[in-house]
Amino acid sequence: MSSIIAQTLDPPATLTSPSEIEIAARHASRRRRQIVVAARIGILVAVLAGWELGARSGVIDPFFFASPSGIAEQIWTWVTEGTSQGPLWEQILVTMEETVLGFLIGAAGGVVCGIVLGRNRLLADIFSTYIKVANSIPRVVLGSIFIIALGLGMASKVALAVVMVFFVVFANAFQGVREADRAMIANAQILGASSYQITRTVIIPSAMSWILASLHVSFGFALVGAVVGEFLGAKKGVGLLISTAQGSFNADGVFAAMVILAVLALVVEGLITLVENRLVKWRPVPFDGH
Amino acid sequence: MTPAPLPSAPASGPAIELVDVTRRFVTPDAKVMTALRDFTMTVERGEFVCVVGPTGCGKSTTLNLVTGLARPNVGEVRVFGRPITGISPDIGFVFQADALFPWRSVLDNVAAGPVFRGMRKAEAHDKARDWIDRVGLKRFEQHYPHQLSGGMRKRVALAQTFINEPKILLLDEPFSALDIQTRTLMQDELLGLWSDARASVIFVTHDLEEAIAMADKVYVLTAGPATVKSVYTIDLPRPRVTAEIRYEPAFVDYARLIWNDLREEVQRSHNQASAAAAA
Repeated sequence: MSSIIAQTLDPPATLTSPSEIEIAARHASRRRRQIVVAARIGILVAVLAGWELGARSGVIDPFFFASPSGIAEQIWTWVTEGTSQGPLWEQILVTMEETVLGFLIGAAGGVVCGIVLGRNRLLADIFSTYIKVANSIPRVVLGSIFIIALGLGMASKVALAVVMVFFVVFANAFQGVREADRAMIANAQILGASSYQITRTVIIPSAMSWILASLHVSFGFALVGAVVGEFLGAKKGVGLLISTAQGSFNADGVFAAMVILAVLALVVEGLITLVENRLVKWRPVPFDGH
Repeated sequence: MTPAPLPSAPASGPAIELVDVTRRFVTPDAKVMTALRDFTMTVERGEFVCVVGPTGCGKSTTLNLVTGLARPNVGEVRVFGRPITGISPDIGFVFQADALFPWRSVLDNVAAGPVFRGMRKAEAHDKARDWIDRVGLKRFEQHYPHQLSGGMRKRVALAQTFINEPKILLLDEPFSALDIQTRTLMQDELLGLWSDARASVIFVTHDLEEAIAMADKVYVLTAGPATVKSVYTIDLPRPRVTAEIRYEPAFVDYARLIWNDLREEVQRSHNQASAAAAA
C-alpha cells in the first residue's frame, strides 16, 4: 500500500525546477484519487452484477437471497405506491425521529455523566460497578421491557436508542476526562482558572476527540435501537417494514429496507463529520490528508 | 463602594522561604517515599535562583510546594512572609512539558490568564498582542500550537506566564526539550523578560552550565531524598549573554567548583538507581 503511494507521489527524476515538481505532484495525487474512486465504483458494479447474474442463472436463489433488480423494483414500488403501512417517507421519518431523539438524549446524558464522574473520583468509585453491570446487560432485551412499559408508540423506541447510545458515549467521555493532560490542568490552575473554568476550557476540549469518536459509532447504535424496537412491536417505521417483509417471505423487501437504512446512516455520518471538522479545526492535519 | 484593599505584602524580607521542609509521598503500592528532607532555601526579592541536582532527586517538588499544589509534611513554606494557603495569583509557572492549550490559537493561549482572572476578552487580547510582540511572534497570533516549532511554543509559554505579571516565577526545566542553539536563545530571552519584570525566580534544571549562566545563586541538591548540599553565589556581571559567558574564566571556575559537588551526588543517585533495579 505504502509503495503505491510512494510511486505515485515521487516525481520522475528528469524534472528539476520546483514548479515542475509541484505540478507533477499535483497530477500524481489527482490521478491517485481517480484510481480510488474508479476502484470503488468498479467493486460495487462487480458485486451487483455478479449477484444479479447469479440470481438470473439460478446459482443464487432470489427467493431467499433477493436480487439487485428485485430490490430496486421494491424500492421503486415503495416510493411510487407507498408501503402496506403508508407512504415510504412517513416510515423513514418515524424511524429517523426515534433515532435522532434517542441519539441526542443518550449522547447528552452520556457526556454530562461522563464529565461529572470523570471529574469526581469518589462518585466514579461509587458508581463504576453499577455502570459495569448495566453495560454488560444485552441492552436489546430492554426493548421488550420498554414496549411493555411505554407501549407501541415512539417512546419505547426512543428509550431503547437512548440506552444503546448512552453507555458508549459515557465511557468515552469518562475516559477522555481522565486522559486530560495533568500539566495542562496545573497550568490553567496557576494561570488563575477556577474549577468550572478548568472543566470548560481544558477538560471538555481535551475530552472532545474521544466524545466525537464515540458519536460516530453511537449513531449507528441509535439506529439499531430504533429498528429493533420497531421490530419488537410498532405501528410505523422501517423496522416494521422489515418485519412485515420477513413475515411474507419477501427477501427483496428486507434488503430494500436495509439499503434505505444504510443510506440514512451514511448521510448522518457525513453530517457528524462536518460538525467534527468544525469543532476540532485546531488538530494537526493527518498525514494522508483527505 | 471600592473593595477594601488587601493587606499589602511586607515591603522587605525574602520573597520565598522554605524552612526545614520535609515532603513525603505515598506511592500507589502504599510505600512512603521521601522527596525532600530538612530542606531550607531562601529567595530574595528580584533574585534569580537556580536549583541543580541529580535526575529524579526531588527538584520539582520544591516548585510544587511553592505553588501550593503540594503541601509540606513538616516545616513551612512562606511567600512574601506569609504561609501558603492556596495558589497565589502572584505566581507564574513554566512547565517542562508542553502545557499550552492545543485547541486555542497563540492569541487565546496568551490571553488565557487575564481572561481566567476576569478581564474582558477584548482587553485581554490587546494585552496578549503586546506580549506576543515582545517574544517575537507577531505574525503567529492566529496559529495553533501544533503549527509552531518547539522554541516558538516555549516563547508562547513564556508570554502566557509573563502576561500575568507574576512576582514569583517558577520554571521546571523549561528548556530541556529544546536543541542547544534554541536553548541558548531562550535563556537570553528569559533573562531579558526577567530583568524587565524583576520577579523572584526559582529555575530548576539538571544542566549546570545553564544554571551558572543565569543565576544569582545556585543550590546544589543531594541525591534523593533531596536536601541542600551547598549554595553558591554567582558573581558574574549582568546583563549576561549566555552563549558568550560560558567562555569567561570566572564561569569556568564556577563550573569546575560546583561540578565537584554535583558529581558525587550524581554518582550516588546512579548507584541508588542501580541498587533499586537489582532489588
